[in-house]
Amino acid sequence: MRNPLNDRITSLEPSGIRKFFDIVAEMDDAISLGVGEPDFDTPWHVREEGIHSLERGRTFYTSNSGLKELREEIIRLIKRRYDVHYDPLSECMVTIGGSEAIDIAMRVMLSPGDEVLIPQPSYVSYVPCCIMAGGTPVPIELEEKDEFRLTPEKLAAKITPKTKILVLPFPNNPTGAIMEYEDLAKLVPIIEEHDLYVISDEIYSELSYKGKVHSIIEFPGMRERTVYINGFSKAYAMTGWRLGYACAPQMILQQMLKLHQFSIMCAPTTSQYAAVEALRNGDEDIARMREAYDQRRKYLVSRLREMGMECFEPYGAFYVFPSIKRFGMSSDEFATRLLREEKVAIVPGTAFGACGEGYMRISYAYSLQDLKKALERMERFVNGIKKEKGLL
Amino acid sequence: MRERILAILEKNSRLTVKELASILGEDEAMIAHEIEAMENEHIICGYHTLINWDKTKDERVDALIEVKVTPQRGMGFDNIAERIYQYDEVDAVYLMSGAFDFMVLIKGKTMKEVASFVSMKLSPMDSILSTSTHFVLKKYKDHGTVIDQPKSDERMKVSP
Repeated sequence: MRNPLNDRITSLEPSGIRKFFDIVAEMDDAISLGVGEPDFDTPWHVREEGIHSLERGRTFYTSNSGLKELREEIIRLIKRRYDVHYDPLSECMVTIGGSEAIDIAMRVMLSPGDEVLIPQPSYVSYVPCCIMAGGTPVPIELEEKDEFRLTPEKLAAKITPKTKILVLPFPNNPTGAIMEYEDLAKLVPIIEEHDLYVISDEIYSELSYKGKVHSIIEFPGMRERTVYINGFSKAYAMTGWRLGYACAPQMILQQMLKLHQFSIMCAPTTSQYAAVEALRNGDEDIARMREAYDQRRKYLVSRLREMGMECFEPYGAFYVFPSIKRFGMSSDEFATRLLREEKVAIVPGTAFGACGEGYMRISYAYSLQDLKKALERMERFVNGIKKEKGLL
Repeated sequence: MRERILAILEKNSRLTVKELASILGEDEAMIAHEIEAMENEHIICGYHTLINWDKTKDERVDALIEVKVTPQRGMGFDNIAERIYQYDEVDAVYLMSGAFDFMVLIKGKTMKEVASFVSMKLSPMDSILSTSTHFVLKKYKDHGTVIDQPKSDERMKVSP
């Protein structure tokens, strides 16, 4: 028999997080701080709108690009946040989460040999999506000394004549890093000079704890070379609804829409109606959840520092990314031992790129009570390690 | 700052001053001082525990009583309220707008006890015109908390 499989797919590395997931799944009594989704329920008025749409029998396809009223609300939100305008008819589409948008953006823009700059540590799907699209992923290793922000030096160092796309994954999963206005401003001339396109994954944009959040699309000329990706999962606690969106210049977006039309048809109708309600009346929900995350963030950072785990202050998403370098073990070893000895699950930084070695991702999408319990166990573990390594 | 402290304490009064300070990113001594000041000023009036008594061996009944009164010369609503709230059985007294004047919340051991409180103590009071008693059959949500339905975390334990 012939090999039924495609070489490019079989040679893709499975997600590092999957391996860890299998170990945790076996342990019933493990406390996890390893989750990458909000702990809040979707606000009731949003769920209610989804239910209402079902009651009304709105169970048909929508147009390929999504409900017109939803796209109009999306455009209004972007205008409100960044004072940037997109045409709801030709420059905006509703996708199956931000993930689909990342996938199809790469597929419509990449030709064999094109290089994609991917700052790491970052979300697990950029590299495989790039490879599946025939591109060549080129990691940019971000560093703690820069608070894991992308600096113009680091960007310039990795650019070659083949570089076509820069992925901007901020606010960042897993580091919690953000890019402030000045940080973005410094990248703009380099992007222009080398004629790069940008895929800006801003799924965590509403979860930023340091003043007004900024996007690369605000800078003159950048909107024309950017695929802006966002969604409902993190801001409105709607992960299971699977709903995201992309805005881009017509020339790019229409090609993305073509792929979406053939493989997806349209995003789930119920989710789209619920999302309209989220955008129209959800600002208070976002503020409430952001405040809760911010309290946990401060608590977590101060507790970690107290127990001797060094970490830079993260200002975005819902992750803290402490260093474990002083304990003289790998991220994998630290995670495995913490899980076996104290039954606390956190994710090794290496799941998000090789340069995550020496760091751990701790999620604070948990109640303060849960955090407190898990941190007590972690403290006991860290104290044990300190004794063992003679660090006391 | 006071409102920020209160918003957190209202939901969870068991947090230590140290925990509060780190949650708010503020100085411990300052938080301790503010809490003490608010206790003295009776902004913080007490620390209570939300209990689902239905799950214990204790039998309890709660009742809401609508009370209509005629305020008399030299004795406004406040004085009448005071005469009502002095009773230990009375958990809360509110002055209301609308069809009646006071809402009185009673916690009793039995329905009989509540009934006798209404007929022997409340109704005979001067200036009380009429009462209407409603017994609570089941509590679904109290103080912003859903009773009797502990929430479990249904998320996958690890996800990217």
